[in-house]
Amino acid sequence: MNQKVMQKRKWQSTLFLLIIIAVTYLSAVITNFNFVDGLAAFPAAIGWIISNLLITQESLERLPTILEKLNETVFMSIAATTTAAVISIFLGLMGSKTTSLNGILSVVARFIAAVSRNIPVVAWALILLLSFGQNSVTGYLALFVGTVGFLTRAFIESIDEASQSSVEALTATGATYFHIVNKAVIPQCLPQMISWILFMIETNIRSATLVGILTGTGIGYTFDMYYKSMNYNAVALVTFSIVIAVIIIELISNYIRKVIL
Amino acid sequence: METITKPTYMKRKKDGSISLKSGSKSERVMRWTIILFILLTIVGFLFFDYTGLHLTTAITETAYNLKVMFLEPALNHFSWGEALYQIGITLGLAVLSTVLGAVIALFLSLMAATNLSKEWISKIVRIIVAFIRAVPTVLWVLIFAIAAGLGSEAAVLGMLFHSIAYLVKAFSEAFEEVDKGILEALRATGSNWWHVVMHGVLPSTFTYLLSWTFLRFEINFSVAVAMGAAAGAGGIGFELFMASGFYFDLSEVGFITYAILLIAIILEVLSTRLKKRYFPASVRH
Repeated sequence: MNQKVMQKRKWQSTLFLLIIIAVTYLSAVITNFNFVDGLAAFPAAIGWIISNLLITQESLERLPTILEKLNETVFMSIAATTTAAVISIFLGLMGSKTTSLNGILSVVARFIAAVSRNIPVVAWALILLLSFGQNSVTGYLALFVGTVGFLTRAFIESIDEASQSSVEALTATGATYFHIVNKAVIPQCLPQMISWILFMIETNIRSATLVGILTGTGIGYTFDMYYKSMNYNAVALVTFSIVIAVIIIELISNYIRKVIL
Repeated sequence: METITKPTYMKRKKDGSISLKSGSKSERVMRWTIILFILLTIVGFLFFDYTGLHLTTAITETAYNLKVMFLEPALNHFSWGEALYQIGITLGLAVLSTVLGAVIALFLSLMAATNLSKEWISKIVRIIVAFIRAVPTVLWVLIFAIAAGLGSEAAVLGMLFHSIAYLVKAFSEAFEEVDKGILEALRATGSNWWHVVMHGVLPSTFTYLLSWTFLRFEINFSVAVAMGAAAGAGGIGFELFMASGFYFDLSEVGFITYAILLIAIILEVLSTRLKKRYFPASVRH
C-alpha cells in the first residue's frame, strides 16, 4: 500500500465520520433531543427503575391473570408464525430462482413479501383493529402478515443457497416438480427454515406485546392497564414474566438450533 | 478385508424390509419440533379470545378499508410539508438511537468478546445484554417515559437500550471470528490491548460492523414508527395512530402507509447493496 492510497483512505474515513456526525446532529435538532438532558435522564431513570419497579407481595397475587394473558400472547405468536411459515414455503418456492414455475409468479411472490414485510406491524394492527375489533384474531393477523413477508424473504434465500446439483440430478431422472421439491429442496433447506421459524417466534413474542398495547389484547394490554393506572409493582411483574418467557424460548430454540444445524 | 466378512447390522422394519431412513438425532429433533409447532398452533387457536368477532363482516370491511387506503390515499389533517417533517422526526429518532447505540455497543462488545476480554467480564456483559434484549422495546420506552418524561429523550433512550443489546451480540460474535493468528502476531510484537483492538480487530471486522449497524438502522426505523404509535414518541407513527384511531380517516392512513413503505423499501435496497458490496459470498443475518 503506497502513501497515496493510505492518504485517500484517511480522507474517506474522515469524511464518513463527519457525515455521520452531521446527520446525528441534524437528527438531534429535528427531534428536539438534548444530549445533556438525555445523559442526565439516564441515571435518574435507572434510579427510578430500581426504587419503583419492585415486585411486591400484593402484585404477586395478580400473577395468575398475568400468566394467563402471557400464555395467550405466546400461543398467538407461535400460531401466527407456524401458519405464516406454511404460506411462506409456497411463496418461497415460487419466488426462488431454483424452483420457480414462471417469472410472473416469482415477481408476484417477491412483491407480496416486500409489501407485507415493509409495512410495519403497527400499521397492520391499526388497520385490522378497525374492523376485527378487540380480540386475539386482530393481533394474530397483524403478526401473521408481517411474518409472511419476513419468512418468505428468508426462505427464498435459503432455497437459493441450496445446491443446484441435486435438483439437476432429480430432473435428469425425470422426477416431477413435486418430487424435486419434496426430496431435494425441502430436506436441504429444512434445518435453515426451522431456525428462521424459531427466530421469528422469538421476535413475534416481543412484537406481540406491542401489538397487544395497540389492539387491547394479551400481555400488552395487561401491561398498558397497569401502566396507566400507575400500578408499577404489577408493571414490574409483567415485565419480568415477559423476560422469563422470552429467555426460556430463546434457550429452547438455541438447543434445537445446535442439534439441527 | 475384514469388513466384508463381518455381518453388517441393518435396521429392519417389522416386516423384514430394510428401512432406508436412518434416524439421526438431528432428524428426530426436527420431526419433533415440527410436530410441536403443529400441536401448539392447534392449541393456540382453541385458546384464542374470540369476543366480538364477526368473521365475514370483518373480512369484507377490511377489504373495503384496504381498497380505500391503497387506492385513494390523501392528506386531510396535515400538509405535505408537515408530513415530511414528521417523517424527518421518525428518521431522526432512528438515526440517534442507531448511532449512539453503535458507539456504546462497540465498547461493550469489546468487553463481551471472549477472545479480547476476561471471562467473568464477558459473562456479566452477556447476561445483562440478554436481559435487556428480552424486554420489548415498547416497554423500555414506556418505562423511561415515566422517569424521563414524555419526549424524544425517553424514546431515544428506550430504543437505544434495545439497539445496544442487539448490536453487542452481533459485534461480539464478529470479533470472536477474527483470525487468532492476527491477534497472536500482534501480541507477540508486544503491542498492548488497545493496539490489538485498533490495528488487528477493528480493521478486519469494520465492514461487518457497518453492515450490522445499517441493518439495525433499518429495524430502528420501523421501531420508531411503532414507538410513535404506541408510546406517543411523535413522528409519522403518531400521525398514523391519530389517523386510524381518532379521525378514522382511511385515506390518510393509506398515505402514511405509502410513505412508510417507500422509506422502508429504500432502506432495504440500500442495506442489501451494502451487503452485496462488502460480502458477496457470505450473506449473514
